[in-house]
Amino acid sequence: MIEFHLDARSGVAPYLQLIHQVRQALRLGLLRVDDQLPTVKDVAAGLAINPNTVLKAYRELEYEGLVAARPGVGTFVTGTLSDASLAAHGPLRQDLQRWLAKARRAGLDDESIEALFLNTFRAGTAQDVA
Amino acid sequence: MTAVLDASGLGKRYRRRWALSDCTLSIPPGRVAGLVGPNGAGKTTLLHLAVGLLTPTAGTITVLGGRPAASPQQLARVGFVAQETPTYAALSVADHLQLGARLNPGWDSKLADSRIEQLGLDPGQRAGKLSGGQRAQLALTLAVAKRPELLILDEPVASLDPLARREFLQSLMEFVAGHEASVVLSSHLVADLERVCDYLIVLAAARVQLAGEVDDLLATHHRLTGPRRDPATLPAGQQVIEASHTDRQSTMIVRTSEPIHDPAWTVEQLSMEDLVLAYMAAGATVGRRPALEVQR
Repeated sequence: MIEFHLDARSGVAPYLQLIHQVRQALRLGLLRVDDQLPTVKDVAAGLAINPNTVLKAYRELEYEGLVAARPGVGTFVTGTLSDASLAAHGPLRQDLQRWLAKARRAGLDDESIEALFLNTFRAGTAQDVA
Repeated sequence: MTAVLDASGLGKRYRRRWALSDCTLSIPPGRVAGLVGPNGAGKTTLLHLAVGLLTPTAGTITVLGGRPAASPQQLARVGFVAQETPTYAALSVADHLQLGARLNPGWDSKLADSRIEQLGLDPGQRAGKLSGGQRAQLALTLAVAKRPELLILDEPVASLDPLARREFLQSLMEFVAGHEASVVLSSHLVADLERVCDYLIVLAAARVQLAGEVDDLLATHHRLTGPRRDPATLPAGQQVIEASHTDRQSTMIVRTSEPIHDPAWTVEQLSMEDLVLAYMAAGATVGRRPALEVQR
């Protein structure tokens, strides 16, 4: 069983934070197939959040095929997050390190690097959406 | 499905001052609706109209399809926690529960007892000796143990410390999740509303400035920043809620259901607090007009 938390200042919608925490737990192996997620009532009462927010997160996870609701019992993990992409992490990290070194040589400080990355990342996401 | 609260042209006048005017609202069932606005905006007036403590001067209001407080059945369907979560200071916790059981036909004594136990309240304790947080929890217990379909709370956490506030909202959300009740609550504390509400009503200057599902409202409002521009030149579908300008830059909060394609704008999402403040400010400007009419 995992325990959820909420970062009120992150600006990320609460239901997305819940989804993210389940995905993260799946990726780290903290949640495995057949594990039960906390009940909607427990999450709502524990975090003092709207039960509909929890339902929305669980529905979204269900839609992604990661969990399934068993009526009257609860919500259980049914999927795993593929480890296939893990193999790619090493080379990608190396590329990123090379790029970071290049950015520092060009005179960017940490803040500028972060801004440039986020800006490019968001622009890319926006293009994908459009 | 019947709206939990349906108001049409609703108004309430105290002598010459309209505390609430032209209020048209329809809150769908199953929501936790947050009512927010500055002091004196009409929040308490609206809630008192909804529970039947006040009668309208204009327009109509129905709650769960019926006229507020029209019958014992109607009274039993609505739970109300008034401002400052009042209890009887001289009566004990147990006296309060007994009173609740005698006065409410649908009283759930199991729920009431288990809540008192869970809260660790001493049944023999007089309510006057309870802390603010405990008193609020007792008032909430009385309201939920009558098993209402709709729970109305007027600033329930305003005077509580942060821990008591969180505990109160935890209890409230537990009840909502367990009994599928609808809730309307007023509060100044937008951070709390952000957690618990999925429906938002902004009241300012005696009028409803904004009402809707939180997700829809957040998805359709954006903050645009870019080179200085006259708000009148924005596309037709973009309604300007707030605009401010420097000599070079314009910042606007707009409402639109269409995507914003103009590359000149940096588009940001709004938080619920941004949204509430924008509409409260807009309401404050508009609100000056009726005052001028009175002076004429």
